Amino acid sequence: MALTNETIKDRLITKFGEQLSHFEEPYGLLTFEAPKDLNLKVMQFLFDEEELRFQFLTDLTAVHYPDQQGRELAVVYHLHNLADNVRLRFKVFTSSEKPDVFTATQIYSSANWMERETYDFFGVNFVGHPNLKRILNVDEMEYFPLRKEFPLEDQTRIDKDDAMFGRGPLPPAANRGTIETPRQDSEARVPASGTPGVAEEPKATTEEDGAQA
Amino acid sequence: MTRPVRFNIHPIKADVKDNISLANMPEGFTGEGFFTTKLSDVVGLARKNSIWPMPFATSCCGIEFMATMASHYDMARFGAERLGFSPRQCDLLMVMGTIAKKMGPIVKQVYLQMAEPRWVLAVGACASSGGIFDTYSVLQGIDQVVPVDVYVPGCPPRPEAILDGFMRIQDLVGQESVRRRNSEQYKGLLQSYGIQ
Repeated sequence: MALTNETIKDRLITKFGEQLSHFEEPYGLLTFEAPKDLNLKVMQFLFDEEELRFQFLTDLTAVHYPDQQGRELAVVYHLHNLADNVRLRFKVFTSSEKPDVFTATQIYSSANWMERETYDFFGVNFVGHPNLKRILNVDEMEYFPLRKEFPLEDQTRIDKDDAMFGRGPLPPAANRGTIETPRQDSEARVPASGTPGVAEEPKATTEEDGAQA
Repeated sequence: MTRPVRFNIHPIKADVKDNISLANMPEGFTGEGFFTTKLSDVVGLARKNSIWPMPFATSCCGIEFMATMASHYDMARFGAERLGFSPRQCDLLMVMGTIAKKMGPIVKQVYLQMAEPRWVLAVGACASSGGIFDTYSVLQGIDQVVPVDVYVPGCPPRPEAILDGFMRIQDLVGQESVRRRNSEQYKGLLQSYGIQ
């Protein structure tokens, strides 16, 4: 008998009861939510059970919902049963003030780097992780780039025209340049103090002898 | 069974009469058996026609560079046939491709290992200014970490554009004065990058 979503759901509810919630099946993929203290128990159960055998962690990532107070960061686990080719997803919500989630590295070794990446980009603190430090970004970075409060573009640029990027009012018609007479940019946007980004080397812009090729 | 040849069956003979480019002699005073000119001219002429580039190819522009080095857009005709992958033996650092912020100190380290005189060619939009990747992880132009001599815009620039940039570097090399690397202005430039 093939392993169906119904079977998995029944086994989970039998074991954990009302603690798991929000069962849904978008595109046929069983998805549910668990409280964050139970994430290891749920994963261990799914790993060990004879019939369930979800022994492959496909993905571990996070989502930032700035509007849900107390539940801003969702850590999402994608598990896969290789023998029966069944996938499932479960989410664990935590607040951004104290984003502590137990680490899954004891159960799945692949969670090691995936949790480092999640920490690097969202700031989720995985309790018990052997080496929780930034993996893809510069080590000295002080913020978490994929959180929604952080702006998309690099803040060390001062030459980007706000209006042309849809952020501010267009300059008056007389001041708009054409291809032959480009506009002289009078207000350079000054980056705010403590801007993210690598410590900028002061550049001597006039000294370089070079021509635009 | 062999296929019949379909291509290049009427090859065009290359027209080499008056069609070979020669490097021009620098200006100088000539007489019977001697020729005087400025040292910087002769040294520049020699250097510019035998630049040994170091390719620092990171992404797509690197592929265009491979096309430039290949036979169709040959860069060997400019003297840059010998690519060095050790910065200690190279004159020109060609940075081709997106440089992430984590890679910035590495580019600087490679630049520091080059011996004077050295030049830097930033190929492509990403090396010149970050390109389309205005984001938290991409260095917005390598001129934040090393002084750049020529920028080649393009995404990616055509091999002809890379060759044009290379020829501008050749112009810079040919006209450089022998005292430039010791001048205050140059030292100030390096100081501003934190390079001694």
